Amino acid sequence: MGNTGMSDSGMSKAQSGVGAGRRIATDGDGFILHQDDRRAMLTERDHYEQPQAACIEALKIVQRRHGWVPDGAIAAIAETLGVGTGEVEGVATFYSLIFRQPVGRHVILLCDSSSCFLTGSEELSAALSERLGIRFGETTEDGRFTLLPVCCLGACDRGPAMMIGDDTFGPVAVDDLDELLGAYS
Amino acid sequence: MMAIPGESRLRYHCQLRQSAGERRADTHPLTWRLREDGARIGLDEYREKDGYEAAIRTLEKCTPGDVIGTMKEANVRGRGGGGFSAGLKWSLTQVGDHLPRGYLICNADEMEPGTFKDRLLLEQLPHLLIEGMIIAAYANRSCYGYIFLRSEYVEAARSLALAIGEAREAGLLGKDVAGSGFDFDIALHTGAGRYICGEETALINSLEGKRANPRAKPPFPGQSGAWGKPTVVNNVETLCNAPGVMQHGVDWYRGLSGGRSEDGGTKLYGVSGLVERPGLWELPIGTRGREILDRAGGMREGHTLKAWLPGGGSTGFLLPEHLDLPMDFDTIGQYGSRLGTGLIAVVSRRQSIVSLMRNLEQFFARESCGWCTPCRDGLPWTVKILQALERGEGKPDYIEILEQHTVGLNPARTFCAHAPGAMMPLESALRHFRAEFEAGIAQASLEGVG
Ligand SMILES: Cc1cc2nc3c(=O)[nH]c(=O)nc-3n(C[C@H](O)[C@H](O)[C@H](O)COP(=O)(O)O)c2cc1C
Ligand code: SF4
Ligand code: FES
Repeated sequence: MGNTGMSDSGMSKAQSGVGAGRRIATDGDGFILHQDDRRAMLTERDHYEQPQAACIEALKIVQRRHGWVPDGAIAAIAETLGVGTGEVEGVATFYSLIFRQPVGRHVILLCDSSSCFLTGSEELSAALSERLGIRFGETTEDGRFTLLPVCCLGACDRGPAMMIGDDTFGPVAVDDLDELLGAYS
Repeated sequence: MMAIPGESRLRYHCQLRQSAGERRADTHPLTWRLREDGARIGLDEYREKDGYEAAIRTLEKCTPGDVIGTMKEANVRGRGGGGFSAGLKWSLTQVGDHLPRGYLICNADEMEPGTFKDRLLLEQLPHLLIEGMIIAAYANRSCYGYIFLRSEYVEAARSLALAIGEAREAGLLGKDVAGSGFDFDIALHTGAGRYICGEETALINSLEGKRANPRAKPPFPGQSGAWGKPTVVNNVETLCNAPGVMQHGVDWYRGLSGGRSEDGGTKLYGVSGLVERPGLWELPIGTRGREILDRAGGMREGHTLKAWLPGGGSTGFLLPEHLDLPMDFDTIGQYGSRLGTGLIAVVSRRQSIVSLMRNLEQFFARESCGWCTPCRDGLPWTVKILQALERGEGKPDYIEILEQHTVGLNPARTFCAHAPGAMMPLESALRHFRAEFEAGIAQASLEGVG
């Protein structure tokens, strides 16, 4: 299993994102920022009074290309925007949807908030965990899925709800999982 | 063959549960323009349906002071959960010829457990929000607006980006909005997770590209917000109320509640949980919980109502006997709860309150930003205690410890409203369902005490 550093109890208090906790060695040193990405970051920068405001979007730009944010990207973003690496790193470790370790090809965000809890999210997450052989915060061995909990997805009228990549689904019954997962290779 | 996700019957489509026939311009100002098919309303269709008339007329005929006065009199109260008067907030924004123009931020971070209302407006009616933002920006002399959108709202991001482009092209955003001489443009800012970003000062830090820890107040954002400039933060639904108010006036807006409430206007109400037809409706503010629950078809077969959360995970539990109260800010506030976002979550008699509380506190503990100790350490402690009670392994003093937390994490002792919000359901659960918590105390430990 690709355990990404979550404790056994699942998600620790303030961190729900992959890699928000323990850091591991990465291939970050060899990171090269794509020219298109650098340009996109500079365009973002112009939307704000100060360049630091673009750093969350910059992290997301890197993540869109690489799937996650390697260490080397932090310095590259800092240099591009002209802000400190400490600032970028501080932000990168705060937000749950910035991944500091590799994730699967498809990230599953399963809502574990109250309305989905009331409509069966714990049965769904147990079934999903069993099906994929991973717990929250982990990635399947074949690199296909990463499973993460997420705050209320604003789909509570169709709970339990979940996202796979950019797609939102609900209500998802345990029996639907085969069909749903099968559509993502 | 595997289903293609785009066509999957499981795909979530956000929709209002009211037919077009029921929705009229004079009674349903937020939703009358929505289409039966749930498709986004583009600029042409929006303008055919009177869109942008309110903003254009306001910029032409009113002073910023007029707008603020009208919003105040109409008593538009903040739909993000706090219920603060929008007009009053705008009147406190620091403006003056010697001061720089500030910012308007639309809070579209919707993450409150059980809340799915802003999504509808963002996805299907983005121009109503843009029109509301133009009016709000004009009233507050804001030079630039940001829509702070949670990252998971992918469809809303698409819809807003298209709408902003359309509005800019039509001269409704940018330099000299609709030929009025007023300059205002909007950028879409998407987040990267974390519930705390919805707290308005944490949101400002996040917008500035920092960790989303809240800021001390005062100074309030209206004095010093984004990059130290006067900043107005309003919820999506609040801003979407402005065009109607400016178009039809104070008397019309206040009359929408039909005497149900002192508050003005309509509200997007909804129901989630084990009801027959969960969903979303635009109804007069002050509509009773019972009517909303009836619209949802009542409890699902085999379930009866035990308790309900009136407006999100950070509101207090109410009982079935409270269903006849008008759902407005002041009334619900008198019963140990808050209207919050106005989206009801029902709890079945078959649901353990202790387990539900454990789930709620797990959410709040995980989403604590970690800045102040009572919240950072107190919330995980309540989770541990609730987990023990859930397993029937509680110690005799556990209920007392929980009660101490509901006092110790009150607004005066924590840095922001996150922890007090976490304590509101707990305090009310202990009050209404104490026996369930007591049942979680291990028999052996009780004998030990005796
Ligand atoms: C922890 C926390 C989370 C919040 N999340 C949101 C949110 O997602 N959306 C929102 O509009 N307001 C949210 N609020 C309320 C905002 O701080 C703020 O009061 C609101 O955006 C003001 O807009 P309004 O006056 O139009 O309601 C949150 C508050 C707290 C304490
Ligand atoms: S109350 Fe909680 S969320 Fe608010 S500042 Fe303190 S630690 Fe952060
Ligand atoms: S609680 Fe799960 S989508 Fe709202």
